Amino acid sequence: MEKDKLLQNSYYKMITKKIVTTIIIVSITPMILVGLIILDRFNKSYHEKVSAHLDELVQKHKQNIDTFLKERLGNIQFLAKMASIENLKNELFLQENLLEMQKAYDNVFVDLGTINDKGVQLAYAGPFQLKDAQYSDAQWFKNALANRYYISDVFLGLRGLPHFIVTVKKNFDGKELILRATIDIMAFNSLVENLRIGKTGFAYILNREGEFQTKTSFDVNADKKSYTELLKKVKETKRGEHIIEKKDKSSGEKLIYVVSSLKGGDWLMVYQQDYGDAFSSIKIVRNIAYIIFVIGCFCIISMAFILSRRIVNRIARIDSEKEMLNQQVIETGKLASVGELAAGIAHEINNPVAIMVEESGWMEDLLEEEDLQKTENLEEYKRSLKQIQTQGKRCKEITYKLLSFARKTDSRIDDVQINEIIDEVVSLSAQRAKYANVIFNTRLDNNLPLLSLSQSEMQQVLLNLFNNALDAMEKTGGNIDITSNSHNNNVSIEIKDNGPGIPKANLVRIFDPFFTTKPVGKGTGLGLAICYGIIKKMGGNIKVQSAINVGTTFIISLPIFEQKEKKTDPEFDNLDGGL
Amino acid sequence: MKKIKLLLVDDEVPFVETMTKRLKKREFDVDTAHSGLDALKALESNDKIEVVVLDVKMPGMDGIETLREIKKVYPLTEVVMLTGHATVESAIEGMRFGAFDYLMKPCDIDQLVSKVTQAAEKKQKHENKIVEARIKEITSRRA
Repeated sequence: MEKDKLLQNSYYKMITKKIVTTIIIVSITPMILVGLIILDRFNKSYHEKVSAHLDELVQKHKQNIDTFLKERLGNIQFLAKMASIENLKNELFLQENLLEMQKAYDNVFVDLGTINDKGVQLAYAGPFQLKDAQYSDAQWFKNALANRYYISDVFLGLRGLPHFIVTVKKNFDGKELILRATIDIMAFNSLVENLRIGKTGFAYILNREGEFQTKTSFDVNADKKSYTELLKKVKETKRGEHIIEKKDKSSGEKLIYVVSSLKGGDWLMVYQQDYGDAFSSIKIVRNIAYIIFVIGCFCIISMAFILSRRIVNRIARIDSEKEMLNQQVIETGKLASVGELAAGIAHEINNPVAIMVEESGWMEDLLEEEDLQKTENLEEYKRSLKQIQTQGKRCKEITYKLLSFARKTDSRIDDVQINEIIDEVVSLSAQRAKYANVIFNTRLDNNLPLLSLSQSEMQQVLLNLFNNALDAMEKTGGNIDITSNSHNNNVSIEIKDNGPGIPKANLVRIFDPFFTTKPVGKGTGLGLAICYGIIKKMGGNIKVQSAINVGTTFIISLPIFEQKEKKTDPEFDNLDGGL
Repeated sequence: MKKIKLLLVDDEVPFVETMTKRLKKREFDVDTAHSGLDALKALESNDKIEVVVLDVKMPGMDGIETLREIKKVYPLTEVVMLTGHATVESAIEGMRFGAFDYLMKPCDIDQLVSKVTQAAEKKQKHENKIVEARIKEITSRRA
C-alpha cells in the first residue's frame, strides 16, 4: 500500500513536471520570439529614424555653415570688387565698411585689412594694432596668394586669439592686393554650438589635420589619433555625410559620430553623441520589454504550476474514482459469482447433509435398542452422533445463508415508507436487545418520501446490521441510534452503535463475502455481503465508519427516483447495482 | 392405536431408506416412492395411505405438480412438504394448493413425527366428519 502510494506520488509528480515544462516552453518560447523580433525590428527602424534625423540635422547645419562661409566670402568679394586700390589702402574706407558689415551681420567681422603681395598689411581696421604687420611667412598668406579667394583654418596668428580669415585677391595692373577679413570665432561657434541633442550630443569642426576649428564646451577626447582615423574613414567614402559607431578607447563607451565635409572638403563637421544617449528610447523600450518579460515569465511559471497542480489533482481524483469504480465492479462481480457458486453448492450439499443427519439419527435410534445398551462406550456413541447432527445443522445453516445470498428473495418492489420498516425491524430485534442490554434510539424524519424497493430485502439489510451491532455489544451493552433523513434526492439511514468498533484492517474487507470475525460456527461472513448486494441493487450505497472503542456507523443512502420494476436475475441486478 | 400409514416420496434413495427405517421404528407404516409418478401409483394401489411426505425438488414431475395431482384425486389425503432452502417459496406455495405443512431438510425426526401425526389426525377428523355426515344423512333419510 505504502509503496503503491509512493509510486503513485512519483507518477503524479512526473505528470506535473511534464505539464509544467510543456506550458512553460509553449508559452515562453513564442513570447521570447515575438519579443526579440519586435525588439529587433524596433531597434532597426528606430536606428534608421535616429540616423536619418541626425543626418538631416547635420546636413542642415553643414549647409548653414557653408552658406555662412560663402556669404562672408561674398561680402568680402563684393567689397573687393567695389573698392579701388586707393580705397583699399585707405584705413578710413576699411573702417567705414567694417562698421557697416558689423551692423549688417551682428559683429561677425572682427577686422578688415589690406595686404600687399609682400605680405605687409597696408591698411587695417579693427580692434588690434596690426597695421604694417608682416604676414609673408604665414601659411594662410601663401594660400591667399595662390587662390583667388581663400578661407583659412582657425589659427592664433599674431593677435594670439583663435580666429580664421577670409581673403580675396585683387589684381590692380599687375600688383596684387589681398583683402582680408577676420571672422569672429564666437559667432562662427554659435552656428555649431546650436547643434545640441540630448545630454551628450554636440558638434564641432575639424580641419584636415584633425585640429579643432570650433570651441566645444564638452571635454572632447584630445586624442587626435581617433579623429584622424575618423577622417580616414570619411575620406574613403564619397558620400557627404557618414555615420560611424565606435567605441571610445578611454571610457569604453560606445559613441556615435556623424561626419560631414565642409568648405569643399577642407573641413569636417563632426557630430558626436553617446550611443546610449542617442538611442535612449531603445534602452527604455528594452527595459520595459525586460520587465514585461520577467513579469510574463513569472505569471506563466506560476500559472503553469497552479494549472498543472489543478489538472493533476483532478486526474488523481478521477483515477481514484475509477479505481473505486473498478473495485466496485470487481466486488459486484465477486458477489455475482459467489452467488452463483453458492446456489449450486447449497443445492448439492443439502441433500447429502440431510442423508448424513438422517443416518446418524437412525444410528441413534438403533442405540436405544436393548442389546446395545450395555455397550461400554454408549455415551461416547451418543455424543458422537449428536455432534454429527449438530455439525449437519451447521451445514444447513451455511447453505441456508448461501442460498439466501443468491436466491430470488421476495424482490417485489413496492412503494414503502422506510420508517415503517425500521420500526418493524427494531421491534423484531427488541427481544434480543433486551437480553444484550442494548437500547434502540430512533430519530426518524417523518417527512420522508416513499421509496420504491423490496420491503423484505430492506428488512433483511436492517436486520443484518442490527444483529451485527447486537453481536458486537452483547457483553457490554450500549445504544443503537437509528436516524433517517432525506437530502439531495437521497434518503439516508444511519445506524450507529457505540460498540467496540471495527479495526481499520478489517474495515476494508467487511463487505467481502465469507469475511467474518465471529468465532467459527457463529458467522458465515455473508451478512454484510448480502446487505451490500441488496443496497447496490437498489441503486443505493452503503458506507461504514468506525473508530475503535467509539463505535461503528453504517450509512445507507437510497435514491428517491422512481425505480422501474425489474425482475431479472439477482446476479445481473448485482452487476447493475455495481455499475 | 392404529399405525399411521404414510407414503414417503423423495428421489434420494438413501434418504428414503433411512427415513423409512426411522419412521418404522416410531410405529409408522411406511410406503416409499422415488418420483411423483411412483407416488401416484402407490396411492392408487393403496388407498389406506393417510399422509404423504413429499419432497419438493424432484426430477421429472416435481413436488408441486405431484401435490396438485394428489389433491385432485385424493383430496382427503394430507401432504407434508419436504424442502431444501432453495425451494422454501415453492413449499409455501404448495400450502396454497392444500399441503398440510412443510418441513425443511434436513429435518428433525421428532418434528416430522409430530407433523405427520397432526396431519393424520386432521385427516382422521375430516374423515370422521364425513362419516358423521353420511350417518346423519342416512339417519335423516330413514327418518
